Amino acid sequence: MPNVSVNGIVIDDTFAEAFGMRATAIIITAPNRKWARQAAVTMTGFATSVIGCGCEAAIDVELPPSATPDGRPGCRVMIFAMGTDELQKQLLNRVGQCVLTSPGSACFAGLEGSAALKLGSALRYFGDGWQISKKIGGRHFWRVPVMDGEFLCEATTGLTKAAVGGGNFFVMAETSARALLAAEVAVAAIGLVPGAIVPFPGGIARSGSKIGGKYKGMIASANEAYAPTLRGVVRSELGADINAVLEIVIDGETNDAVAAAMRAGIKAVIELGPKRGAVRISAGNYGGKLGKFIYSLKDMLP
Amino acid sequence: MKALTFTLVAEPPERLDLSLLTAERLAGIERRDFEKIRIGMSKHGSKVGDIFRVAGNNLLDVVFEGGSARLDRVAEGMRGGSVRVVGDAGAQAGRAMRGGTLTIEGNAGPHAGSGMRGGRLEITGNAGDHLGGPLAGELAGMNGGVLIVRGKAGAFAADRMRRGLIAVLKGSGDHPGSRMIAGTLVVAGGAGEMPGYLMRRGSILLDRAPKSLSPSFVECGAPESVFAALIDRHLIAEGILKRPLLGNAPQRYGGDNAVLGMGEVLFPR
Repeated sequence: MPNVSVNGIVIDDTFAEAFGMRATAIIITAPNRKWARQAAVTMTGFATSVIGCGCEAAIDVELPPSATPDGRPGCRVMIFAMGTDELQKQLLNRVGQCVLTSPGSACFAGLEGSAALKLGSALRYFGDGWQISKKIGGRHFWRVPVMDGEFLCEATTGLTKAAVGGGNFFVMAETSARALLAAEVAVAAIGLVPGAIVPFPGGIARSGSKIGGKYKGMIASANEAYAPTLRGVVRSELGADINAVLEIVIDGETNDAVAAAMRAGIKAVIELGPKRGAVRISAGNYGGKLGKFIYSLKDMLP
Repeated sequence: MKALTFTLVAEPPERLDLSLLTAERLAGIERRDFEKIRIGMSKHGSKVGDIFRVAGNNLLDVVFEGGSARLDRVAEGMRGGSVRVVGDAGAQAGRAMRGGTLTIEGNAGPHAGSGMRGGRLEITGNAGDHLGGPLAGELAGMNGGVLIVRGKAGAFAADRMRRGLIAVLKGSGDHPGSRMIAGTLVVAGGAGEMPGYLMRRGSILLDRAPKSLSPSFVECGAPESVFAALIDRHLIAEGILKRPLLGNAPQRYGGDNAVLGMGEVLFPR
């Protein structure tokens, strides 16, 4: 394969393959940045992969007070799932258990979508009859009495069917520390791209998987071609210089958001250079047969 | 198309019913017949042509040039477009309107915005009693939309209000928000006696402590309120107020416990 080399980093001639998903977004605000983040981090915990978590969720961007509906610091959180019903269930469970409970929080719609998902219109029942409905400027809010005042929550938020999940690339390095640094700079760069999230721990997955496995019931299992300890044992994708591979998995509100996030992440890895970070960049796919969205790495170069 | 303009020629000799001069009611009438519409309410039986000089033909942009306290039922039931009164209006201005904008650049009489369901009614001067309130025998008052009074309002503003937003900026008479069913009433500049008397639900937002409250209101503390921040920002964004009304943690009174008791009176501490 005619791989190209940019700034001393080999870019594989391959592509990332991604799927259509359903997504929604909410804006969480709190009295300060710490507690806005806390509510957002809590509600996006255990949301790395739809394989075992029901949804994929993370903070999209942090919002300054000037950009939130109530003038307090906030976070835009995105949630992705394979179907509308599961997305609705995950949204209500997570906001109900993690945002409603978080001190001083409020919750607003973060997306104008093709359809509406219930938010406050379901959580209002926590008010046990003392909840107050308010319409302000065409938007509908519920005020639910809680022990530090009121939990204010917009009645609904939007759903988009144009979301894309599973955009990805691999950073491959000579040591674990270099792979981690390269992945970290990529995650930091993607954090600035609106409408895209990296749902894995700190945005990084070390257990990139293949579909299925030798054991019955395994939906996904070790991607042995990219496991350095198996380099001599199986048909490996890794050369002698690679001792660590980390995957960045990207979900986006749109096809464009995923592409923008991949570009930003790859650019950051390339700028870091092969001496401190990755010596090679690749991507995961299923041969192009399963996913509707294809992101060729050579189109994602800066 | 030029705005359909009714220029007042002389002070009307009788009360006038202008509810016939909205886009909806004029739509089926030939332009040349407008002058013949009877609007007088007494034995004078004044016609449009006796009172106004009519110009223009855009039904969605109506202007009453020159006002009088005898111009009753301006823009009643309007659904869209804009109506502007350059001067005073009489009773029931904008009654039962459902959409569009009505601007009164002067004072309005009693029952302005009575039972309105949508749209925006702005009165730059003062409004009479029963602002947005129901007529005798009706169960609910204002049921949606935005009603702004830049001057003072009379007694019983927002009586039996059910939905929407009323903002009175230079003070109201007694019993604002009486018998409110729901909705939001803002009174800056001081409210009269006993705001929220017999209110069931809804919010009355004041810029200062009320001079009296019915004894069936109870003190509910002053926790931080996102709702207060939200409504403050909305009022400023809509150009209704210039500075925040409530602040982040307004004092709250709940009531009226003589009835359902789920309403609230909020004001800055």
